[in-house]
Amino acid sequence: MKKHWRIAALGAFGAAAFALTGAADALAQGEQFLPRLVYRTGAYAPNGVPFANGYSDYLNMLNERDGGINGVRLVQEECETGYDTARGVECYDRLKAKGATGAGLVDPLSTGITFALTEKAPGDKIPLITMGYGRSESQDGSVFAWNFPLLGTYWAAADIIMRHIADKEGGYAKLKGKKITLVFHDSPYGKEPIPLLEELAKRHGFTYAGLPVTHPGVEQKATWLQIRQNRPDYVLLWGWGVMNSTAIKEAAAVNYPRNKMIGVWWSGAEPDVLPGGDGAKGYLAAALHAIGDQFPVHRDVYKLVYDKAKGAGKKEEVGQVLYNRGLVNGFLATEAIRTAMARYGNKPLTGEQVRWGLEHLDITAARIKEAGFEGLVYPLKISCQDHMGSARARIQQWDGAKWSFVSDWIEADRKLIDPMVTAAAKKYAEEKKITPRDCSKEM
Amino acid sequence: MLYREAGQFKTTYGDDQAIFPIRQDRWGIAIVLAIAFVVLPAVATPYFVTSIMIPFLIYALAAIGLNLLTGYCGQVSLGTGGFMAVGAYAAYNFAVRVPELNLIVVFLLAGGMAALVGVVFGVPSLRIKGFYLAVATLAAQFFLDWAFSRIKWFTNYTPSGSVAAPPLDLFGIAINTPDRRYYLILTIVVVMALAAKNLVRGRVGRSWMAIRDMDIAAEIIGIRPWRAKLSAFAVSSFYIGIAGALWAFLHLGAWEPLAFDINRSFTLLFMVIIGGLGSIVGCFFGAAFILMVPLALNQIPLALGMPLSTAMISHLEFMIFGALIVFFLIVEPHGLARLWGLGKEKLRLWPFPH
Repeated sequence: MKKHWRIAALGAFGAAAFALTGAADALAQGEQFLPRLVYRTGAYAPNGVPFANGYSDYLNMLNERDGGINGVRLVQEECETGYDTARGVECYDRLKAKGATGAGLVDPLSTGITFALTEKAPGDKIPLITMGYGRSESQDGSVFAWNFPLLGTYWAAADIIMRHIADKEGGYAKLKGKKITLVFHDSPYGKEPIPLLEELAKRHGFTYAGLPVTHPGVEQKATWLQIRQNRPDYVLLWGWGVMNSTAIKEAAAVNYPRNKMIGVWWSGAEPDVLPGGDGAKGYLAAALHAIGDQFPVHRDVYKLVYDKAKGAGKKEEVGQVLYNRGLVNGFLATEAIRTAMARYGNKPLTGEQVRWGLEHLDITAARIKEAGFEGLVYPLKISCQDHMGSARARIQQWDGAKWSFVSDWIEADRKLIDPMVTAAAKKYAEEKKITPRDCSKEM
Repeated sequence: MLYREAGQFKTTYGDDQAIFPIRQDRWGIAIVLAIAFVVLPAVATPYFVTSIMIPFLIYALAAIGLNLLTGYCGQVSLGTGGFMAVGAYAAYNFAVRVPELNLIVVFLLAGGMAALVGVVFGVPSLRIKGFYLAVATLAAQFFLDWAFSRIKWFTNYTPSGSVAAPPLDLFGIAINTPDRRYYLILTIVVVMALAAKNLVRGRVGRSWMAIRDMDIAAEIIGIRPWRAKLSAFAVSSFYIGIAGALWAFLHLGAWEPLAFDINRSFTLLFMVIIGGLGSIVGCFFGAAFILMVPLALNQIPLALGMPLSTAMISHLEFMIFGALIVFFLIVEPHGLARLWGLGKEKLRLWPFPH
């Protein structure tokens, strides 16, 4: 008899688990639903949290200030992915059909999840915004109709960083014989820039070497020992989460000059350099947008969100690099919805309608100023063929207390990237048997 | 009262050796299959099908594979993720390089490749046992991880090392909706689970169990250890390879080696341990427990309207899930399958236990 209660408890628990996994809650009609794939726990949390906060605060600010977009309130629901692809796919499936019209768009916030969702989004008709990440060939909108790597892909990032190095050295010709080493997160994210760097190495005669770092990236002793032996002229860092701060600490330990280390825009935030202390001084990174809370949009965020104690994070963290990235991502996403509303009317939109908005997104300098983002982000214009819009970044340097820009906006060489994108997209289309859209006929 | 075999006389050897000798069990299985094939697709939401049932079935299949090796033959393996990866990448390469192959053939070939690799990495088991073998299979996991992220031929030279499944079609039907994927997976899993159940009751399965229980004694009664162990590695890897191919093609759609990392191996090992070593039905229990409980824990607070932050929910999920694992291992170290068996024993006597 003793074990009866156990069996009963097990049964009850199983039944509860079954019943609740399918539970869905009703959301009010007339609201635009935005699923939010975030990671607030795990090895990538230090970087995931500020981004998620910025995004969330921007949506809340719009709700408070304008009642959403053109009177359509925005509702969001977060789902923790932990940067895990399988869990991310689960989150996407969980949230995609919620709200009045289903998910308007999805920001996967992980290159691995982006790859998996790239296969699912066309079937579900939900656009993916991968701002500054995702798969580089998805810039080609004729094949990747549902992917929007706004503001820059990793190929663009790699080109921008190499251009900065070339500028410093006095032209590409001076790169001949130099050694460039890429320290990368051993995942699709980290491997993305490799084809472009190999191509540039071939063209300009520098030696490229890649050193992979296994997830999550806390063990890099061997990597930096190799760097110590080879003494490359520049080290490019393609890390995320704890990998970045570990790399900077290890660089300091082997005394590799930090001002010869350039990180991608995901390796240049406060959580990356602060743990390194003085050792992080001089470290460089690409920057997609400006830093700080001095912009008009931040005044609204403070006034309407934080002063009403509705902030997603701590008030002191507003204006940090990744917080601002979340703000910018929220801005671009809501602008796409706004663009689509101009055509489909002021009501909650489906993913298909938002996709139209994304494809016709035209964020001018005037619009940026009006929205309070002046100086924060560069204008961009999306078309059927070009889903990236603008590919510009600045290089910033950490001085031990704050980031400051050491270069002006550098534009990636589209003449170099576009043919590579077309070739890679063509290969993907062949493998997946996709017939590319004819963009000259698209409205 | 309800679950009683009294009056069911077996008059032939065939009856006695039936896979489910008790009538109520046969009915039970028929009802479960009817629910899985007919009721569930009709009533379940797409979310339930794609995010719960599909991964659950694939995990159960992989767990069966691991259970054949670890539970039945006693060879501990930490290379499950690696063997899944072999299946996934083999299926990808067959499907992309020989596009005219039928999808079922692709899966079978993927399983076959995994079986070959499994046999190669099973060779050390002829000399080493227990923890040492676990370490040897761990090497397989790391080697395979390395191979799929470094050798570009396997990923067809894609720039980022992430590959995507080609469009799937089976006898002219495009496998592109959740229901169709579910049916395909369910059919494969049911067929393979029945095959496994039969296999472990037959000569091969008995030779595995003999090796597990005492290898020297098994050798003395005429079982060749190398044949038993390597066949266990082959069959186990075949199952795991097919599970890997299904996971990649029908669940994820696009994947990178990280999808089959060491954590996948551990997850599967936990499923087998929690579900019950040496039990086929336990694999389903284990897979359900490890997959569904965290998802349920993650969604309960919102469903009940509790105002918890995303991070807090996540932390709670980890804590409660961990506590539950410990709880189940304490109350029933032989796994959920043993609890199930005890339940059935009790039911036989109910309501007059004496």
